[in-house]
Amino acid sequence: MNYMPPISLHDRLQAVFADALQIAAAQVTDDLAYRGIPEWNSVAHMALIAAIEDQFDIMIETDDVIDMSSFAKAKTIVENYVAP
Amino acid sequence: MTAPAALPEIDPFAVDPFGQPATAKDEMLCRHLNRLTQHHRQNCAGYRAILDAVGQGAAPASTLDAVPYLPASLFKVAPLQSVPDAEVAQVLTSSGTSGQAVSRIALDRPTAADLSRALVAVVKPFIGPKRLPMIIVDAREAAGTGGAASARAAAVRGFSTFGRDHLHLLGPNMAPDWDALDTFLARHHGETKLVFGFTFVVWQHLYQAAQAAGRRIDLGPAILIHGGGWKRLADLAVSNAEFRGRLTETFGLTAIHNYYGMIEQVGAIFMECEAGRLHTPVFSDILIRDPTTLRPATPGEQGLIQVMSLLPRSYPGHCLLTEDLGSVTGTDDCPCGRPGRTFRIDGRLPAAELRGCSDTRPLSRLDS
Repeated sequence: MNYMPPISLHDRLQAVFADALQIAAAQVTDDLAYRGIPEWNSVAHMALIAAIEDQFDIMIETDDVIDMSSFAKAKTIVENYVAP
Repeated sequence: MTAPAALPEIDPFAVDPFGQPATAKDEMLCRHLNRLTQHHRQNCAGYRAILDAVGQGAAPASTLDAVPYLPASLFKVAPLQSVPDAEVAQVLTSSGTSGQAVSRIALDRPTAADLSRALVAVVKPFIGPKRLPMIIVDAREAAGTGGAASARAAAVRGFSTFGRDHLHLLGPNMAPDWDALDTFLARHHGETKLVFGFTFVVWQHLYQAAQAAGRRIDLGPAILIHGGGWKRLADLAVSNAEFRGRLTETFGLTAIHNYYGMIEQVGAIFMECEAGRLHTPVFSDILIRDPTTLRPATPGEQGLIQVMSLLPRSYPGHCLLTEDLGSVTGTDDCPCGRPGRTFRIDGRLPAAELRGCSDTRPLSRLDS
């Protein structure tokens, strides 16, 4: 049996952000802010939400769509949905 | 420099947006509008010059009707803003075409964030906390790609927050994609859907297009939210009651909510309740003025609608007189149970410059 180290939520979410916003993973840091870069605008935000929902198999509520104002905030929000 | 002390210190999003009786709200609203007047006076030279020119002193207003107001159309000729250019994160414009002046509204990031939160606070009581499979009765192109946004794009983007698996029903030529709709409806069979569009677009490109195609489509269960273009509908002599009746009958909708709003006070929209009245939430309100004397109208009397909102901080749009006609339908007495002031829209000031809040193409151009 090969041991696969679990991929952290941080890494998974970072990959989703980089892919959805089409930016380098290195750009996805905790202080990356909504409307802080041209790529993360209101249109991209909804695509990002859909990508996160697909990746984590969750349904994000409206309030959390609005509260997701930074990558750090996104981690906290997604944690709440995936917590057992 | 923006003085934080001049800004409203309450968090209007922490309270039930429809939980305040008008009596309690008026005093709170007046106090915070005074702070905004002060804030814009300090940070917007153009605004200060206007107040000085009309002899409006720095003394705070003691009642709502004494808060100084600007004509909403002023933003077409004077791009007033209360933040430096470097802080402007987004510019909203009304979607006028050549020959018509266009309003220009500058938003900084905190104001833009507040507008999004306000929209959610106002709409959520009508559709619930969960995002619904959403049919946008517009073309994908209508939402734009980011950056500057027309009123229509801003509305589509704002309301997209409430949806998931968004279907843009119309193609670039504004023709409905019935096949895509069938697939969407099959995928979400039995789920409550959200349908959103401009009033005029919903009527012409969903209802009339379905009639022309001989289609009777059951969208239900579904909630329709529409707004922005009702003036154009009034020009076609379609009443709100007829709109509701025809749409319900043709598409099996479970609820229809109109809303009243304008680009100059985006975010603070007024939602039509189950009883057919437009409601004022905790952070915004209206009052009616006599079109001739501009004095406050008596309750129930028709006049010009003045809109007030605690949200505009990056531009001095917290108190604006529109060219729309309406009347107050009641205070704390709506059959739907929500307290606060309610009103109705009666039309547009005759002979006024044609100014839709969003859809401002001249009719002659549309019909030709």
